[in-house]
Amino acid sequence: MTNAIFPSKANDRLLMIFFIIVVLAGPIILAPFGAGYPDLLQRFAIFGIFAIGFNILFGLTGYLSFGHAAFLGVGSYSAVWMLKLLSMNVIPAIILGVVISGLFALVIGYVSLRRSGIYFSILTLAFAQMSYNLAYSVFTPITNGETGLQILLDDPRVLDGGTKPGELPLTNLFGIPMNATQKVEFLGMTLQFNFGFYFCAVILILAFYLSLRIFRSPFGLMLRAVKTNQNRLNYTGVNTRPYTLAAFVISGMYAGLAGSLLASMDPLAGAERMQWTASGEVVLMVILGGAGTLLGPVLGAGFIKYFENIFSKINDNVLHSWFAFMPDGLENVMVTLVHPFVGKGWHLTLGLLFMAIVIFLPGGLMEGFNRIWRKITSKRETATSDTSSDAASTPAE
Amino acid sequence: MGILEVQNVNKRFGGLQALDNVNLDVEEGSIHAIIGPNGAGKSTLLNCFVGRLVPDTGTVMFNGNSLLGIKPHEINQLGVSRVFQTPEIFTDLSVLENVMIATFAHRDGAFKLNAIDPVRKEVDIRDHAEATLLDVGLQDKRNMVASSMSRGDKRRLEMAMCLSQDPKLLLLDEPTAGMARADTNRTIDLLKELAEKRKLTKVIIEHDMHVVFSLAQKISVLAQGHVIVEDTPENIKGHPKVREAYLGEAQV
Repeated sequence: MTNAIFPSKANDRLLMIFFIIVVLAGPIILAPFGAGYPDLLQRFAIFGIFAIGFNILFGLTGYLSFGHAAFLGVGSYSAVWMLKLLSMNVIPAIILGVVISGLFALVIGYVSLRRSGIYFSILTLAFAQMSYNLAYSVFTPITNGETGLQILLDDPRVLDGGTKPGELPLTNLFGIPMNATQKVEFLGMTLQFNFGFYFCAVILILAFYLSLRIFRSPFGLMLRAVKTNQNRLNYTGVNTRPYTLAAFVISGMYAGLAGSLLASMDPLAGAERMQWTASGEVVLMVILGGAGTLLGPVLGAGFIKYFENIFSKINDNVLHSWFAFMPDGLENVMVTLVHPFVGKGWHLTLGLLFMAIVIFLPGGLMEGFNRIWRKITSKRETATSDTSSDAASTPAE
Repeated sequence: MGILEVQNVNKRFGGLQALDNVNLDVEEGSIHAIIGPNGAGKSTLLNCFVGRLVPDTGTVMFNGNSLLGIKPHEINQLGVSRVFQTPEIFTDLSVLENVMIATFAHRDGAFKLNAIDPVRKEVDIRDHAEATLLDVGLQDKRNMVASSMSRGDKRRLEMAMCLSQDPKLLLLDEPTAGMARADTNRTIDLLKELAEKRKLTKVIIEHDMHVVFSLAQKISVLAQGHVIVEDTPENIKGHPKVREAYLGEAQV
């Protein structure tokens, strides 16, 4: 039986292939935009995972958590501890990060999910701020306070303690260091293929695949029903609490995974990772890209990280070189006009962009792409009366 | 012994005695209507059946289980489904998805972490949902987004959701409220048809006398929180107490 409303297996497979190709080709695709260096590529992948996880909670159930950075931080701390105590291999670090943040999410979710709407958001925010402040005070033995938790020469590292004296060991995966990078000259650009990025990319792909399965499952359908009409769902015989709690814990574990990956790339964990601005950032990522869509969160994460790292580095010298072709007077005028929007003013551009998207494209960037896609396809064949009820789930073919 | 037994139920809101010693006995397989003027306590009574309100005193027994103090989803899992005064549906989802959710809830119970296999593989659930949509005449609209339907169709969808769960008792709160005459008649026909097809007990709260007299086998008249008469439609029509409490204002 063909079905119009449930995306077919072929459709999903196509989406997966598209995603895998784009992610693996990341260093090539992003190099022309000046974003092809390992550190930023790793960030794209890691925050992509964070946003995908957040979307499972916010995009599907509509519960807006303002405290997800706490799970990111907990994941980071757990991972660094594992690197300190056990081994510089990142696998145990990541496993512990995910488990601990999952437990943390279970506790916070259990309490916070007793309320919905703004009260839920405030409860999660309160928990996250509490964690943030405790990391500076009561928990300093665990978090090392303001200095942040880092690896030291005299850490026990019971499995691989015997490293060269006077040199900090590198995080690795069974001996391959995360900072191993292969540089390739290509069309005048230097492409950097970094092991750490590919490690994150594989995990990103797995994380995306899991979220795809959740979206398509009966569980995912129930979560969408929670978002639409929780009252009806209760009177339909469904206990909504365990559903929302499961979604909360899953998204908390995604955040923990992202946090432990951050620590795996750079073995350092600080409390600022748990601050409320970090929680807000992931909300922006998901809304910008398209809440409730599959690709949107990854796109939103990439967008914001790009602005934060690239747009913020455009200074007046760069601007002058952009407008150098103009007569001097005009050049200076242009530079003055553009100046507030770049460099330190990147927040302004991002803010305006965010407002424009929320007003004109409430479904985020994905809605924009879907509209364009529909325009192209409807021009090509006007006969198909495919009621794409769920525009969100049929992106990018 | 009826399938739903209500005994000595009292409910007070501040100074208002909303339900005053209400007794009700709904026979299995029958259509039982509860009528009464505005503010008589009809909706309050219904809310006591589904776990939204807990009476101050009294008992509500369904099929040998007490319905008091348990949650709405538990009551539904016992076999009680409810249609609301304003249709409560999953507006952002498709018509078919709406019914499938209800079918899932019936098959899998109150919670099942079924997060890996896709919905499209659940052929049984889908077939059952489609069959139910056929019963209520919405099969052609199954791919529509629920919010884009007319009010009458939303009501049908809500009924389909309830029916797909094969309930033992269906509670209908003013199923024709705010409907045009044509829609009302269609709903009556649908309810009659369903009554014949499935031996399903229904409790209907209704304002519209036309609906009540064409459907119900038994009518309870509620006024100021207590049942003043309980009888067959024929006897209710001429009953002086009913006339006084209610029909005096309305033309029948």
